[in-house]
Amino acid sequence: MSAQLLQFLLSGLTVGAIYALVALGFAIIYNASHVINFAQGEFVMIGGMATVSFIDAGLPLPLSIVLAVGAAALVGLLLEKLAIEPARNASVVTLIIITIGASILLRGLASLAWDKKIHALPAFSGEAPIALGGATLLPQTLWVLGVAAVVLALLWWFFNRTLTGSAILAVSHNRLAAQLMGVSVRRVLLVSFGLSAALGALAGILIAPITFTSWDVGVMLGLKGFAAAILGGLGSGPGAVVGGLALGMIESLGAGYLSSAYKDVFAFLIILAALVVLPNGLFGRRTSERV
Amino acid sequence: MLLLLPLALPNAYTYEVAILVGLNAIVCVGLNLLVGFAGQVSLGHAGFFGLGAYGSAILAARYGWPPLAALAAATAATGALAWLIGRPILRLKGHYLAMATLGFGIIVSIVVANEDRVTGGPDGMSVPPLSVLGTAIAGEKTWYWLVAALLVATVWVALNLIDSPRGRALRALHGSETAAQAIGIDAARHKLSAFVISALLAAAAGALTAHYAGFITPAKASFLHSIELITMVVFGGMASTFGAVVGAAVLTTLPQFLTVFKEYEMVLLGAVMMLTMIFMPRGLVPTLEKALAAARRKPL
Repeated sequence: MSAQLLQFLLSGLTVGAIYALVALGFAIIYNASHVINFAQGEFVMIGGMATVSFIDAGLPLPLSIVLAVGAAALVGLLLEKLAIEPARNASVVTLIIITIGASILLRGLASLAWDKKIHALPAFSGEAPIALGGATLLPQTLWVLGVAAVVLALLWWFFNRTLTGSAILAVSHNRLAAQLMGVSVRRVLLVSFGLSAALGALAGILIAPITFTSWDVGVMLGLKGFAAAILGGLGSGPGAVVGGLALGMIESLGAGYLSSAYKDVFAFLIILAALVVLPNGLFGRRTSERV
Repeated sequence: MLLLLPLALPNAYTYEVAILVGLNAIVCVGLNLLVGFAGQVSLGHAGFFGLGAYGSAILAARYGWPPLAALAAATAATGALAWLIGRPILRLKGHYLAMATLGFGIIVSIVVANEDRVTGGPDGMSVPPLSVLGTAIAGEKTWYWLVAALLVATVWVALNLIDSPRGRALRALHGSETAAQAIGIDAARHKLSAFVISALLAAAAGALTAHYAGFITPAKASFLHSIELITMVVFGGMASTFGAVVGAAVLTTLPQFLTVFKEYEMVLLGAVMMLTMIFMPRGLVPTLEKALAAARRKPL
């Protein structure tokens, strides 16, 4: 395998892991509430920017990360409580507009709380590149892939082996039946939003040392995460992960072999083509429509 | 009402705003046919707007076409494109359709921003003014009457469309696509025609905007502009043509007021969007209509 191809694959895998985490956030919220949370990208932004603030305030990196993830989770909980819950009976388009309004609001608040400059996070374990088969690897890339893998394992354990996780899955399959079995849908929604926010924030923190962070970094990342979730099939956890990795690879290969200006066009064209062939995404559930 | 408005407008700036409202309203009435009546989502309509605008601009500025011909050609070409991509895309449902239209909008905005030899790139390009048979259309007042006339025409067409058998077919589709198909309505054809009509209106409004402003930038084809358009439709009231006009009016003028708040503009815009959707989920006009109807029913 040529060194160049390996390089593209590695960077594709790295950015794909980030998209996978963001896409999982979309999938979790969609499963619990059938809402597409367009503010998901802003959680990614909050993760990175908050960590920068905590570090600037003198806190050590690990503590800053934990606090930033917690802060993002808190914002997620507030979003659910204040914006989604009051509007729970509204139509799909209305809910989409609400989350888009939330993302605009959060971006505006971010531009006030922080500034409009680009910030860098220090790499977790230094900047010395590692040589691997002709390609160079940043240590941060290993952090991204490693943490993403651990998080995925933890999530699998959470959804399949704990009571709360099973409750969330139950609500996603059949809300009424879950309620009849004593599951508090309101609590499930809160946990879903908090969890998705934490995932998004983590993704933002992991990638910030490589691609830097700023107040509006959430727009494109959110959109790409949404695209990945759709590609994988809305509501499917494994689909979100596969979609994210695939999107990252397509983007990286497109940027490398075609044109880096058009890498997004290439990626979206592939997604459109995939949707035409598979209207429910790669792993999406074939839904039946009740008349 | 449009005839009375000029009496209330004190200066050229307010005329300008009114013209922008009118142009946005034309797009929104079209978009409302697709979103409100046919029940399909489009998060990429700024793409059609941008294609109409840039198409007309490029034909007029770079190839020397007479502006009216350029406008017509750009609009027709965009409509043809909408017809081509509409067929496969409209087979998608719900969020998948949202993604497809979103992708389309983003593709258009990136291409337009990158092909700088033709489009002037991210800085945009200048556009010759609109002229009919040699005489240029200039001045806020002239443009105002032109846009107002076109808006009235658009609303008239939309209302007639909605009350026609085709319109009723569209509304049946929105209610339940499967049920509509069961009584013999060709869902694909009707969805496609709503899609194409809304694309034609968006493209025409885009071309007009380009010639009016004398300038066009890629921002007009951006995702953010698509969001603005869909918000205007939903805010004003889906499935309500006047709602679309009202939504365009309010959301075009609101940022003008909000600029007073400078840095807080974004925060306030987001807050307004959220609050109005939470407390008036069906949009402004239907909520007001319901309130009026309830008030009328109250026993004296």
